[in-house]
Amino acid sequence: MAAQFRDQDQLLSKMATGNGHGEDSPYFDGWKAYDKDPYHPTKRPNGVIQMGLAENQLCFDLIQEWLMKNPEASICTPDGVENFNGRALFQDYHGLPEFREAIAKFMGKVRGGRVKFNPDRIVMSGGATGASETMAFCLAEPGDAFLVPTPYYAGYDRDLRWRTGVQLVHVVCESCNNFKITKSALEAAYENAKEDNIRVKGLLITNPSNPLGNILDRETLKGIVSFINEKNIHLVCDEIYAATVSTNQPNFISVSEVIEEDIECNRDLIHIIYSLSKDMGFPGFRVGIVYSYNDAVVNCARKMSSFGLVSTQTQHLIASMLSDDEFVDRFLAKSKERIETRRKVFIQGLARAGISCLDGNAGLFVWMDLRILLKDRSFEAEMELWKVIINEVKLNVSPGSSFHCLEPGWFRVCFANMDHNTMEVALSRIKTFMHQIKDQNREVKELAKKTCRQNSLKLSLSRRRVDDFLMSQISMSPHSPIPQSPLVPART
Amino acid sequence: MEKGNRSRQVLSRIATNDKHGENSPYFHGWNAYERNRFHPTQNPQGVIQMGLAENQLCFDLVEKWIRENPNASICTREGADQFKEIAIFQDYHGIKEFRQVVAKFMEKVRGNRVTFDPDRIVMSGGATGANETFMFCLADPGDAFLVPSPYYPAFDRDLRWRTGVQIIPVDCHSSNGFRLTRAAVEVAYKTAQESNINVKGLILTNPSNPLGTTLDMETLKSLVAFVNEKNIHLVCDEIYSATVFNSPRFISVAEVIQELEHCNRDLIHIIYSLSKDLGFPGFRVGIIYSYNDIVVSCARKMSSFGLVSSQTQHFLTSLLSDEEFVDNFLSKSKKRMAKGHHDFTKGLKQVGISCLKGSNSGLFFWMDLGSLLKEQTFEAELELWRVIVDDVRLNVSPGSSFHGLEPGWFRLCFANMDDQTGEVALERIRTFVLDNGKKGDEGR
Repeated sequence: MAAQFRDQDQLLSKMATGNGHGEDSPYFDGWKAYDKDPYHPTKRPNGVIQMGLAENQLCFDLIQEWLMKNPEASICTPDGVENFNGRALFQDYHGLPEFREAIAKFMGKVRGGRVKFNPDRIVMSGGATGASETMAFCLAEPGDAFLVPTPYYAGYDRDLRWRTGVQLVHVVCESCNNFKITKSALEAAYENAKEDNIRVKGLLITNPSNPLGNILDRETLKGIVSFINEKNIHLVCDEIYAATVSTNQPNFISVSEVIEEDIECNRDLIHIIYSLSKDMGFPGFRVGIVYSYNDAVVNCARKMSSFGLVSTQTQHLIASMLSDDEFVDRFLAKSKERIETRRKVFIQGLARAGISCLDGNAGLFVWMDLRILLKDRSFEAEMELWKVIINEVKLNVSPGSSFHCLEPGWFRVCFANMDHNTMEVALSRIKTFMHQIKDQNREVKELAKKTCRQNSLKLSLSRRRVDDFLMSQISMSPHSPIPQSPLVPART
Repeated sequence: MEKGNRSRQVLSRIATNDKHGENSPYFHGWNAYERNRFHPTQNPQGVIQMGLAENQLCFDLVEKWIRENPNASICTREGADQFKEIAIFQDYHGIKEFRQVVAKFMEKVRGNRVTFDPDRIVMSGGATGANETFMFCLADPGDAFLVPSPYYPAFDRDLRWRTGVQIIPVDCHSSNGFRLTRAAVEVAYKTAQESNINVKGLILTNPSNPLGTTLDMETLKSLVAFVNEKNIHLVCDEIYSATVFNSPRFISVAEVIQELEHCNRDLIHIIYSLSKDLGFPGFRVGIIYSYNDIVVSCARKMSSFGLVSSQTQHFLTSLLSDEEFVDNFLSKSKKRMAKGHHDFTKGLKQVGISCLKGSNSGLFFWMDLGSLLKEQTFEAELELWRVIVDDVRLNVSPGSSFHGLEPGWFRLCFANMDDQTGEVALERIRTFVLDNGKKGDEGR
């Protein structure tokens, strides 16, 4: 039998042979450097410290303590094994009622009890990754677009677009006003899309913001809600970092609170993405949540959840844990406290080294301003600086361009995925590095004061410039096309 | 009302069409069961669930194992020091040891006649996720896959809903025991070509749902030859591979390609899951195994949308690395299935009801009630079905839900109940058949 081996391009789908998965990117250099030489306090004290992973590792002691006291929370302990049979068989996509109730209660607590969530609107998904994709499938056709404020979580490029055919249109946010999401930026993005004959179906915001590490104020949120109502487009709020907001003012304001006060709002347009990956520190458990105020969306998303249900073993554990009110209250308080302390110490450390960060009290990272270190105001210079940080300072941080930031020089640095000592090591390396720069008398450029651009034409040009830059990097990088995907976490 | 209409317009077509497959008449059966569930003592007149292909025969073995192996859980004193590491592990390659034990388990189920490469093991959101992921990888919207009928109803959703891929059924007939023939596949393929439909592959379920039969080596070889000739994919859903309790023995496509010199392995793919063989549908352990490197890579990236919980990966790694347990489980499981199957089919034969000859696998049997139909139509089948659900009080699955061509066939699941319930169910069917004046002929 003669086999005609046709080109794989024709054999497989366009999706399989294209690069919509978003992994053909130059940012893998950081991961690779870390994988080759990961820091260890005694075994590899000169290794690369991982500061590119937004993980919450600060409260596992509390979890472990609770687990020891609650053996029936697991179906694999002698105390819980009588539940094994029932859980192992349960595959109803509504999920365990106790699980949904516990999640709804938890979400309410995270918002200070200011709103209540209906357990019947809680729908599971394959992590927040699955939730984002499900939202796109439910709300948009291939070719339609979602507006997304920049800078944004790089995974959205894959989650919202890859298998759905949906596009993302950037809402440009600038440093001159602390990357605020302004009405004019929203309008400009919407108009841009219209001019390109792209139908906008919704706006996706991440609040608290990744990578900025701040929260939206009430005025901005209300402005956003009225914008989407006016345009009759959806508002998807990714509130995955909701419990990482410090207890200091300002308080986190969820979209769920805003719509309580806004009787004019069409609730059918409001949806929330959530997960336990950041607030609890359980990314491995794949607990994604879609919460919609639109009944048809709840229904549809629930049917789609068959493609990414939460393991009932995990549903059972989470239901137990999160229905323990006393534990949850204590956990949330302690978690916030520890994140806040860590954030403060880190920011102070950076300040002593002469580095400033965007003002913010949320997230598991800071948005660090290294513009003064750039050779020039270009993304090439940002990449160069980044490579120095990885290879010489030995820190895997994330360059702003990987978040589609339109201004070079910003970096996201995570601080909650390590112990205190490791953070101190990272800070001292940064301090040393900054000293070296001063010593070498490198030119420290004063940035000219920028005026915030109002002109949409200029905005779209700068957007294209970033994308061109990224594309040129892809063809230049010796690591691309990547024959074997490196170890990449499901979410950065 | 107006607001409702307005909001329906702002949703996608996918969200508002019915390709999810749930607006079907079969929900009547589910509802009847939910409203009035059988219980041997509390509700002995309730509806017995025979529409769910679940394996509930060996939980006693698993429970015993759990008690003896506290390290398998990250929530016990013995295992808690691993909690953090497992809870933060989200690498889409999966835990290496997990892939290794799954590969080994798949080998054991095939009598160690083949080897599986752990690096080709990719996770998915259950077999549901695996089915869909393969379509995303292998076909573009508008392309088609051939599917032998009768077939698993949810293929309609899994293969088509969000992917835009079409299903072209390949007809199988009772006259030759519903055996899949190369000729039938050729006909379906040709018809599709003539309609300008681009066929990208053939998807088989082997062992078959709903037939409960396995493919023989000759047929498998001819199908592999067919796909090679047409340069299309062969996706084999082997989800019931460890439910083969009688001869002929299970032959996996993995074995077939070992024997063939000229097979393009880039065309060969396997879907697997632990939902049937182990009885863990709730744990959502879907597995994609492809001999095509690009597909492995793509499916792995897509697995981000449906990874297996690391808590579950960890538990299963422990469970399945216990070879003694696995061997004992597989052997006991088969014995119990064989008994259940035998008891039912024998009891039915006594009242003249036959089940598909040669059925040797699956958690169900394919029963011929054609002689009880008022007329040989699907309307009559549906009518008979309602009687079985409402009067006989058994939730069974009518053949039409599997897109069969011939009315009168029903799938009945038997592995999701204990012996006692099984006896009650059998008695009810026998009584019904006898009351309906069955004259005791052999059936078709």
